[in-house]
Amino acid sequence: MTAVRPSDALLQLRNLDKTFGSGETATHVLKSLDLSLQTGEMTALIGASGSGKSTLLNILGTLLSPSSGQFRMLDEDLFAADDAMLTAFRNRHIGFVFQFHNLLPDFTALENVMFPSAIREGRERPAARRRATEMLDRVGLADRIGYRTTKLSGGQKQRVAVARALMNDPALILADEPTGNLDRASAVKVMDLLGEINRDAGTTFLISTHDDKIAAACSRRIEISDGKIVSDHS
Amino acid sequence: MPYAFKIALRYLTANIGQTALLASGVAMAVFIFIFMSALIGGLADLLVNRTLGNLAHVTVEATEADPPLLSRNTSETALVVRQPSTRRETGILDAGSFRDVIETLHGVSDATLEVDGGAVLIRGERVERVSVSGLEPDRLNAIIRFDRAMQTGTARLTGDTLLIGATLADDLGLSVGQTVVLRGDTGNSVTLTVGGVFRIGAGQIDGAAAFIDITTARALFDSPNTVSRIAIRLEDFNAAPRTAARIEAATGLNATPWTETSEQLFDALVAQARTGLVLKSFAMITIVIGIASSLMLTTYRRRPEIGIMRAMGATQGFIVVVFVTQGALIGLIGGISGGILGLVALVPFPSIEDVQPGQLPIDVTQGSIGLGIALTTLAATLAAILPARAASRIDPVEAIGQ
Repeated sequence: MTAVRPSDALLQLRNLDKTFGSGETATHVLKSLDLSLQTGEMTALIGASGSGKSTLLNILGTLLSPSSGQFRMLDEDLFAADDAMLTAFRNRHIGFVFQFHNLLPDFTALENVMFPSAIREGRERPAARRRATEMLDRVGLADRIGYRTTKLSGGQKQRVAVARALMNDPALILADEPTGNLDRASAVKVMDLLGEINRDAGTTFLISTHDDKIAAACSRRIEISDGKIVSDHS
Repeated sequence: MPYAFKIALRYLTANIGQTALLASGVAMAVFIFIFMSALIGGLADLLVNRTLGNLAHVTVEATEADPPLLSRNTSETALVVRQPSTRRETGILDAGSFRDVIETLHGVSDATLEVDGGAVLIRGERVERVSVSGLEPDRLNAIIRFDRAMQTGTARLTGDTLLIGATLADDLGLSVGQTVVLRGDTGNSVTLTVGGVFRIGAGQIDGAAAFIDITTARALFDSPNTVSRIAIRLEDFNAAPRTAARIEAATGLNATPWTETSEQLFDALVAQARTGLVLKSFAMITIVIGIASSLMLTTYRRRPEIGIMRAMGATQGFIVVVFVTQGALIGLIGGISGGILGLVALVPFPSIEDVQPGQLPIDVTQGSIGLGIALTTLAATLAAILPARAASRIDPVEAIGQ
């Protein structure tokens, strides 16, 4: 087995396995998976339901620990890291855009966007407020910063989620079916926004999707089936 | 504002109805705590006032003299058997100096000299056996509050007046201004005028006691240089055993706290206090269970949000702080509300001195309002730990997927 070495790659996975349960009920979801993502790539992760896309995304997002293998990102060995280190790493370097936006309903759009920064700083600093306002302006919601998220439309909520993902200027944004819950017009707006951010800021994206149009908009397509990468095209 | 505090506050204000309901429950428990404290304290004060209130909290008497040897012949073995006297033969010499020392001790509010003895009160052909206490006129109200108990006449003693209880006055047909003869067990007699008639509410004092000037009592009982005892009132009657020990150490005299002279009353008060403690503990347990169960439900309801927070980089410690802060805030808000409710509800009750039969003896000053608020906040904080820890362990993947 080749050890993962520091390189230009943003992240590298080698022989990664993920098994849920044990004994007769064990489910082998990811099998000896190798993957490398370069900084600035916009990658689509496609595959049927149950193929292991979400599990892979959760492992890359440090929300889930792999069962075995090697996982390095930004030259950090994340396989051996404890929960506190993974939490701090996630906060600093990873942004999430979920299918169902997953915003905090009792907070305003601005507060939601500030959240990752406020968590890290322990308070809402003026500089964070300015950046969150800029992010909301960038996603076209400057006039909605004081709105509770429950008052926003589905497309607006997803754009707030994108702004939140950008807040800490992460190295990697993981998007799990980011347009899966949106109408076509909103979906196009959100994808245009993600593409724009990728081009302008060089932010790396890994987008899990069933939508061929979205996959076509990405510079790289990785297909996963039965826990293995079956195709990888740039 | 610390961010965890902001989130906790937002969660409380986001569902104001639920928060208000929860805080109301806590406030009721705090009110019960305060009410029980005020009632138990007031009841104790009432009992003490009605019984111990007419007695000294600490009584200082001369140390018993060693029994005399019946045989001085050292070649023989002396067997000395002494029958305890019902009347103290020895008095306290130079009692004024001892009193000065006693009055400097912490917690002593008043100390007065007394010359006591037995006598008969004679009015014409009527004769009644009475217990006579010679009191210092300028400290007349030190132990018994005659000034609050007078039915007729004035609470004042001179060399030729006496104060008697209403029952005794009725028995002898006496009223203020009438003359009586007091004949002591020493055989000495003195003619006095009834200066006032009081009703304390204690049968022995109202029906068989007479109070005269200490100078008159010295002459009546042949005690020109000694006093029978120094009667002491304390700021806190519960401190009597400790203060008595300090008095003994400071004076070498025999100091007896009321807990020894009125042991049954003391036991009753202790039992009553324990009952109150149990009831107050139940109030606290109610708070703990109420807040813990409510926060458990809250954390369950907010599982997806907790998952989101964890995904955004919130540590487990941060989640714990958010929900423990919620518990503490509910405790504080409920505690303060209950404290205000207690004050508003209890202040209108009459003071213990003015309590009439059938009324609750509530002493709001013993309501332990500050303690109630502090204990409630502490209990609520502790109650929140379990749900907060459970919340911090929520798996973000599972929670977000809900």
